[in-house]
Amino acid sequence: MRRIRWLVPALYIVFVLLPIYWLLNMSFKTTNEILGSFTLWPGHFTLENYRTILTDPTWYTGYLNSLAYVLMNTVISVTLALPAAYAFSRYRFMGDKHLFFWLLSNRMAPPAVFALPFFQLYSAIGLFDTHIAVALAHCLFNIPLAVWILEGFMSGVPKELDETAFVDGYPFWRFFIRIFIPTIAAGIGVAAFFCFMFSWVELLLAKTLTAVVAKPIAAVMTRTASTSGYELGLLAAAGALTIIPGAFVIYFVRNYIAKGFALGRV
Amino acid sequence: MSGRTPNQKAWFLVLPVVVLVAFNAVIPLMTVVNYSVQETFGDNQFFFEGVTWFEQILHSSRFHDALQRQLLFTAIVLAIEIPLGVAIALAMPRRGPWASTCLVLMAMPLLIPWNVVGAMWNIFALPDIGLLGYSLNALGFDYNFTRQPLSAWSTLIAMDVWHWTSLVVLLAYAGLSAIPNAFYEAAKIDGASAWAVFCYIQLPKMKRVLMIAVLLRFMDSFMIYTEAIVLTGGGPGNATSLLSIDLVKIALGQFDLGPAAAMSLIYFLIILLLSWIFYAVMTRDEPQ
Repeated sequence: MRRIRWLVPALYIVFVLLPIYWLLNMSFKTTNEILGSFTLWPGHFTLENYRTILTDPTWYTGYLNSLAYVLMNTVISVTLALPAAYAFSRYRFMGDKHLFFWLLSNRMAPPAVFALPFFQLYSAIGLFDTHIAVALAHCLFNIPLAVWILEGFMSGVPKELDETAFVDGYPFWRFFIRIFIPTIAAGIGVAAFFCFMFSWVELLLAKTLTAVVAKPIAAVMTRTASTSGYELGLLAAAGALTIIPGAFVIYFVRNYIAKGFALGRV
Repeated sequence: MSGRTPNQKAWFLVLPVVVLVAFNAVIPLMTVVNYSVQETFGDNQFFFEGVTWFEQILHSSRFHDALQRQLLFTAIVLAIEIPLGVAIALAMPRRGPWASTCLVLMAMPLLIPWNVVGAMWNIFALPDIGLLGYSLNALGFDYNFTRQPLSAWSTLIAMDVWHWTSLVVLLAYAGLSAIPNAFYEAAKIDGASAWAVFCYIQLPKMKRVLMIAVLLRFMDSFMIYTEAIVLTGGGPGNATSLLSIDLVKIALGQFDLGPAAAMSLIYFLIILLLSWIFYAVMTRDEPQ
C-alpha cells in the first residue's frame, strides 16, 4: 500500500500534462500537417507559428494588454484588501458579519449576468476600452477573495504583536506597514497568487470591456479563429504562450503555497 | 474571529473596499433589476411589466431543463473532484523537492485562460486529429463529442475535472501541512490504523479548507461559461446548454433584455441561496 502511493499523484500529473502536451505538439506543426494526418509528434518541426505571434503586433500586444490589467488588478485588490482584512480580523464593528458575507456574495455573481450592465457602466464613465476598466471590474470577485484569504492569515498572528507595538508608541500606519505586513508576507503571496490567477483566466468581462486598445490575448485568439479560416497551429501556439506567465507565478509562490497556508487558519 | 475589540472606526479601514465593490456590484445589479421589470422595443423605449418575466421564466420548460442540467453537472463534478483531490493530497509527498514539483505541475491547469482550456480540450478530443478522440475510436468506442450528447457530457466533465481538481488538491494539501507531527506520533503510539488517522486527525483538521474548496467549486461550476461554450457551444442541440450558456443565448442572441435580466436575477439568487445553505451547514458546529 505504502509502496504504490506515489502512483496516485503520478497518474494525475500524467492526466494533467496530456492535453498540454497535445497543445504543444500542435503548436510545432503546420496547419496542413495538423489537418492532414494524426501523428503523436510533429513530423515537420516548425517554429513558424511562434515567429508569427512574436513579430506581429496584433498578437503580442494582446499579451501585453492582458498582463497590464492583471498586474493592475492584483496590486489594487491586495492593497485595498489589506486594511479591510485587518479590520475584520481585529475589530468588532457595526454590521461586520453582514458586510463580510455581502463581500463574499459578490464572488458568487456570475460574470454572464453582469456583462451587459458592466459594458454600459464603464462606457458611461468613459473608461471603455482601457486597461484600468478591466482591472477595476475584476476587483468585483478578486477583492472579496483577497479579503477572505488575508483575514485568515491575519487571524493566525497573535494579537499581542499589535498591542506591544502600540504600547511602544508606534502610530497605526507605521506599525501596519513596518511590522504587520512583513509578518504576513506569506499570506500576501498567496492572496496575490489567487488574484493574478482569477484575473488572468477571466475573459468574459475582459472581452466585454475592451475593443481595440486594451484587447486581451483571448479576444485576439477568438477573432483570428473566425477571420483567417481555422489556423489551428497558430491558435495552439498562442494558447501555449498563455501558459507561461502562470507557470512563472506558480514557480515563485510554490513554497508559500505549501507552507503559507499552514500559517493562516485557512 | 474571537477576542476582537469593539471599534467603530474600523469602518474607515473597510471603506475603500466597500466603495469599490459596491460600485462594481450595486450599479450593475440595479441595472439588471431595472431591466427585469420592463419591456423594450428598441429606441430606448421601455414599458413597465412588473413580474411578468419572472413568472414566465419560472414556468418555462427551457429554464427548468437548463437548471436541471446545471444541477446535474455541478453534482457530478463535486462528487468526483472533492474525493479525488483529497486522495491525491493524501498520497503526495509532504516535503522535499518532489512536493514542490508536484504542486507546480498540478497547478498548471488553474492558470490557463478559460477559452484556451476549452480550445485545448476541443483539439484534444476531436475524433480525427485529437489524441483522446482518436485513441478512443481506435480502441473501438464510438466517440464524437460534437454529435453525441453522452460523449459531449463526458468530455465536459473530464475537462472540468482536469481543470479544477488541482484547486482541491492545493487546498487539501495546505490543510494537511498544517497538522503538527506530534498528532501522527501520538496516533502511532496508540496503534491507530491509516483509516482511523484519516477519520479522527486528517479529516477534522482539513474541515475548514475543504469548506472553502466545496464552496469555490460549487460557485464556479455553477457559473461555468467560457470553457463550455468553446468546447461544445452548448450542443449537440441543447444537450450541454448549462444555465449561463442559455442565459447568454437569450441576452445576446435574441436581445431580449427583460427576460434575460429576470433570468440573471433568478440565477444569481439560486447561487446565493445554495451557497448560504452550504456555508450555514458547514459552519454549524463551529463555536462563534
